[in-house]
Amino acid sequence: MKHTPGWGLLKGLFETARNFVGSYYQPGRLTTIEYPDERLPVQENFRNFPMLIYDGADPERGLRCVGCKICEKECPPQCIYIVLERDRSGKVQKRPRLFDIDVSVCMSCQICVEVCPFDAIKMNTEYELSTGDRFGALLLRKAELAKPNEYYRRLHPTEAAEVDARLAAAAQAKAAAQAKEQAKLTAKPAKPAWSTQP
Amino acid sequence: MRAQAGDLEMRGAFAAEPHGGGGRSAGSDAGWGAGAGHEWVRPAEPVGRLEGEWLEVAMGPHHPSTHGVFRMNVALEGERIRKLKPVFGYLHRNHEKIAEGTTYLGSMPYTDRLDYFCSLTNNWAYALAVETLAGLGVPERAEYLRVITGELTRLLNHACLVGFLLHDMGTMGTPLMYAFREREKILDLFEALTGARMMCNYLRFGGCRVDVPAGWLAGAQRVVDEFPRFLDEFENLLTTNEIVLARSQGVGVLSGALAVNAGITGPMLRASGVNYDLRKVDRYGIYDRFNFRVPLGEHGDVYDRYMVRILEMRESVKILAQALKDLPPGPILDPKSKLRGFRPRAGEAYGRIEAPKGELGFYLISDGSVRPYRYRVRPPSLINLTVLEELCLGHTVADAVIVLGSVDIVLGEVDR
Repeated sequence: MKHTPGWGLLKGLFETARNFVGSYYQPGRLTTIEYPDERLPVQENFRNFPMLIYDGADPERGLRCVGCKICEKECPPQCIYIVLERDRSGKVQKRPRLFDIDVSVCMSCQICVEVCPFDAIKMNTEYELSTGDRFGALLLRKAELAKPNEYYRRLHPTEAAEVDARLAAAAQAKAAAQAKEQAKLTAKPAKPAWSTQP
Repeated sequence: MRAQAGDLEMRGAFAAEPHGGGGRSAGSDAGWGAGAGHEWVRPAEPVGRLEGEWLEVAMGPHHPSTHGVFRMNVALEGERIRKLKPVFGYLHRNHEKIAEGTTYLGSMPYTDRLDYFCSLTNNWAYALAVETLAGLGVPERAEYLRVITGELTRLLNHACLVGFLLHDMGTMGTPLMYAFREREKILDLFEALTGARMMCNYLRFGGCRVDVPAGWLAGAQRVVDEFPRFLDEFENLLTTNEIVLARSQGVGVLSGALAVNAGITGPMLRASGVNYDLRKVDRYGIYDRFNFRVPLGEHGDVYDRYMVRILEMRESVKILAQALKDLPPGPILDPKSKLRGFRPRAGEAYGRIEAPKGELGFYLISDGSVRPYRYRVRPPSLINLTVLEELCLGHTVADAVIVLGSVDIVLGEVDR
């Protein structure tokens, strides 16, 4: 191609002018938004930091987590800390007394969510977590991590519908199994406890 | 600490030559720049018109042109570079040793952080190595999704690199912002698919983590359809710009023979005219099904490296169009793959792919436990950087900046 000196320069300048003028008319060319005043909608699959899901109204009682510590073990940067509840006699209960996630260490990889067999830990999408407190404010405790299932449904509707269907099916199967057991028991009642006494 | 030691050694090396072997030890060479026992002797043959003492300049680690924390210790005669020593290690994060202490799955999110522009190709290379080790298959749909995300990553990486390169040449921001505008569209796709813009952590051994959400493929198709328009715009902007031509042609010439001997891979090797693309040579995944060409350069200078990347983006668009058209339905994960308690049989494997920057390989040795016994990354950025001195010798400082820009490094991968 015959090259006229300066032509390449002019072509480039024309392109910038086209972009400059175009940004007034074509929304595709305007990519910035005024952040605190307007926000982009959060994508459904977006993940930020983990949260714990509870059913019902009581975050203590309805917590799905049974404290199996699988997520604690599998977490690559080891940011989860779990201590199990014990009753008065010192027997280990199936729920966590402490469940801390250090979100300053967490790298949002979602592996805890994938390995959890109880659908108890899911990813939150909250991203405005900056704080002036250097020590402790980014260590989320169980009370801050616990979120109702409705909240999860609102964040990830498709995923939550899947999980709810799976849990409902499991609950139904369990109820059916229990009913069967019950029916067996009523058909052939066990020996009453008092009869074993002398 | 390592960087410091290297720095001292390098001073020794610089000092050693004029004095004929004196001052080689690091301790005796404390007079860096202060003049104490440290005097440059004029080189034997006069070079250029300027006759004077050499000046040592440490470009970086905090230098905007070094694409991260990277240092080039250059010895200058006037403005000409007479010696150049790359110093890296400032971003060393112990990736390989951490991976030896964690499960196979646990390293997957860490691979995102190697070359943080291309997390999906990093995932792919690692997944490929583990799949070779464990003998896992990958379902058809997952292979296609890997190709789609991998080629989108290539588009994103090359667009950004070209933007950075032109920014280094002094086009203060405009092309970089245009490139970032396109990158943002691709990152939005990644976020909708994987949940994160950059740290995707998407692939699993034997497939992918999730299937595409509704409407994602249409969005990807739109981005792919619009991308050639962006490329045309970009080429109009700067490909024939006289200043770009004057700055980049004949600068940083890398001969094909040297490139092969130094183990250079990727667009940098192809810009030197060597036809070597792992997608064609190795045919990993399903690349043999796509119709695409491998662009080659002729001169191996900075301009060829720029042009090869532009042409590669055009070829990637072709691959993407074919992959999006042929994407079959079906499962996305091999049923044999499992998340917890994954123990590949004892043995070793090397998985490599054509990452946007070159051949990215993972070498794994398994002893049959849940952790790899040995884990090694072959980073294209680091190995492509080894010829930096040869490329820069005799050029000016400003040329060293664009030569480094054209090598395409990400310090996360260089230092690991």
